[in-house]
Amino acid sequence: MPVKWIKSPFPKGMHYFSGNEAAAEGAIAAGCRFYAGYPITPSSELMERMSVRLRAVGGVFIQMEDEIASISAVIGAAWAGAKAMTATSGPGFSLMQESIGYAAFTETPCVIVDVQRAGPCTGQATRVGSGDIMQAKWGSHGDYQVIALSPWSAQEMYDFTLRAFNLSERYRVPTMVMSEEAVGHLRENISIPAKVEVWNRKKEKAKAPFGTEEEGGVPPMPAFGEGEKLAVTGSTHDAYGYRKTDDGEAHARLVERINEKIEKNKKSVIATEDYFLEDSDEAVIAYGFTARASLYAVKGLRREGLKVGLLRLKTLWPFPEGAVAEVGKNVRRILIPEMNRGQVAGEVRKACSCDVISIGQTDGEVIQPEKIAEALKRVR
Amino acid sequence: MTRALEKYLRPGVKGTPFCPGCGHGILMNHILRAIDELKMDMKKMLFVSGIGCAAWIPSPHFDGDTLHTLHGRALAFATGAKLFNPDLCVMVISGDGDLSSIGGNHLIHAARRDLDLKVICANNMVYGMTGGQVASTTPKGARTATTGEGNPYRPFDLCKLVEAAGASYVARYAVTQPVALINAIKKALLHVGFSFIEALSPCPTQYGRRNRQDRAEDMIQELIRRCILEEESQGLTEEERAERIITGEFLSWQK
Repeated sequence: MPVKWIKSPFPKGMHYFSGNEAAAEGAIAAGCRFYAGYPITPSSELMERMSVRLRAVGGVFIQMEDEIASISAVIGAAWAGAKAMTATSGPGFSLMQESIGYAAFTETPCVIVDVQRAGPCTGQATRVGSGDIMQAKWGSHGDYQVIALSPWSAQEMYDFTLRAFNLSERYRVPTMVMSEEAVGHLRENISIPAKVEVWNRKKEKAKAPFGTEEEGGVPPMPAFGEGEKLAVTGSTHDAYGYRKTDDGEAHARLVERINEKIEKNKKSVIATEDYFLEDSDEAVIAYGFTARASLYAVKGLRREGLKVGLLRLKTLWPFPEGAVAEVGKNVRRILIPEMNRGQVAGEVRKACSCDVISIGQTDGEVIQPEKIAEALKRVR
Repeated sequence: MTRALEKYLRPGVKGTPFCPGCGHGILMNHILRAIDELKMDMKKMLFVSGIGCAAWIPSPHFDGDTLHTLHGRALAFATGAKLFNPDLCVMVISGDGDLSSIGGNHLIHAARRDLDLKVICANNMVYGMTGGQVASTTPKGARTATTGEGNPYRPFDLCKLVEAAGASYVARYAVTQPVALINAIKKALLHVGFSFIEALSPCPTQYGRRNRQDRAEDMIQELIRRCILEEESQGLTEEERAERIITGEFLSWQK
């Protein structure tokens, strides 16, 4: 079976961690044994902890010469059999995009934790932002799919990084933890369970590693050195990895399959949470740290008697359009606070016909609950 | 390619994709001959390449694991694979533009780490696949698709570059020096550490035709004339020396 329960490598119980440290522990628990990275604020603590933890568990750590090299080494290690990851922030995430496209096209499992900071460009390195959401989905050229999760606490930095590895292994797709500076640097208690659920990539001898007839199927992935004589290429390829650079049908077949693979399985990937939505006539849709402020605001307004609710997106890609559309059917207005200029609001508009109001904030600060509450009152 | 070496080719591979007169087919032959003479286990060989004509030497042709990566990134991918599975014998085969221009940073850092990677840089001194544009290895004055008046800049001396960066085995030979080149590849395969072989390979299609070496044999003759050993260069004047290419084994240092 590709899935099993294993004893947590870190002692069970409560631990006081920053979000970045918690993400490193989640990765180790998932079986991550290779990390390649490059220092960048506000993600560096994650790499520093991985350098210590991987040594302790017999894994491999290397600080590379840049972010392009980091993600490329991660992909090379993944094909050598590793569960592998890197972490970065905006500028580094931009540099990684070509290789992320390579990972998507060659169906290479890997995890990227993006601790988002205020962009664009160098922006404000130590301050918070959430401006990489669209880049996560569309940053590399061509049509491809990724999975992106959005944690709101140190606990979820642990849980979602672990889950990111599981999803990545299960669907052979680059998976991102789209955290934010506020979550990466947040220190709080997290609970580590005694046992964790871990997925491992499917391996089968002499089977096509890049093709399957099964709808939404994921082909098996052997590793280098196992005698399979793999042919891995970022050019268009057939089920066995032979280059097919002038065969239109082969190209369409591959592009469709890597997209359908995620589309057809999105039910098992998408996770949302709702609060007070049963009788709400207005809703907030939020993700990441902003969802935490939103919940505080919504609870306050409920005490004042306002019928408002919250839909929290724990998965950003594939986009939870079903859950969003459901909310749109039942409320008059949807308010979307984000630490960017409305990247997710645009996706919500595609799924809903009710009023959609974007509250974008780009000042490098987290959005305060009062701002969300005021906005909700103002638009009534 | 001699028929005896066909056992090292992936089933279903027919012919090479190279232009008539290209030196990469000869280089492919030399690499496989070295592998054959050392009886390397192809199941433990990983061939990594980037983008460009030379990247197609191993991918998908060689019947081991092949990893055809992005432009410039072959060494970074290879670093990850080798570090995670040190039992793999990792050979990187790619072009001069791929390894030394877009991938130049990875080249010097891989050499600095002295990781056990066997790098063969097929140097045709031009961007062949994209139509013959100037490269970081194009000789000064040479005409290319983007230097119609002649290349105004000096080329890299790749061997000196990687030696200074920390490589522990460094050699340069042309495909027209088969015995020496095959021996160097064998040494690199046995060497533990970062080995770098610059293999000069003619490109009549993109380089030769713009530089009065239209025919494949003109380029071969020119390489034979220009490539000399270090000791042969002793009696030459500065001027004569400048237009020759010094070949040989420049560094072989085992930890």
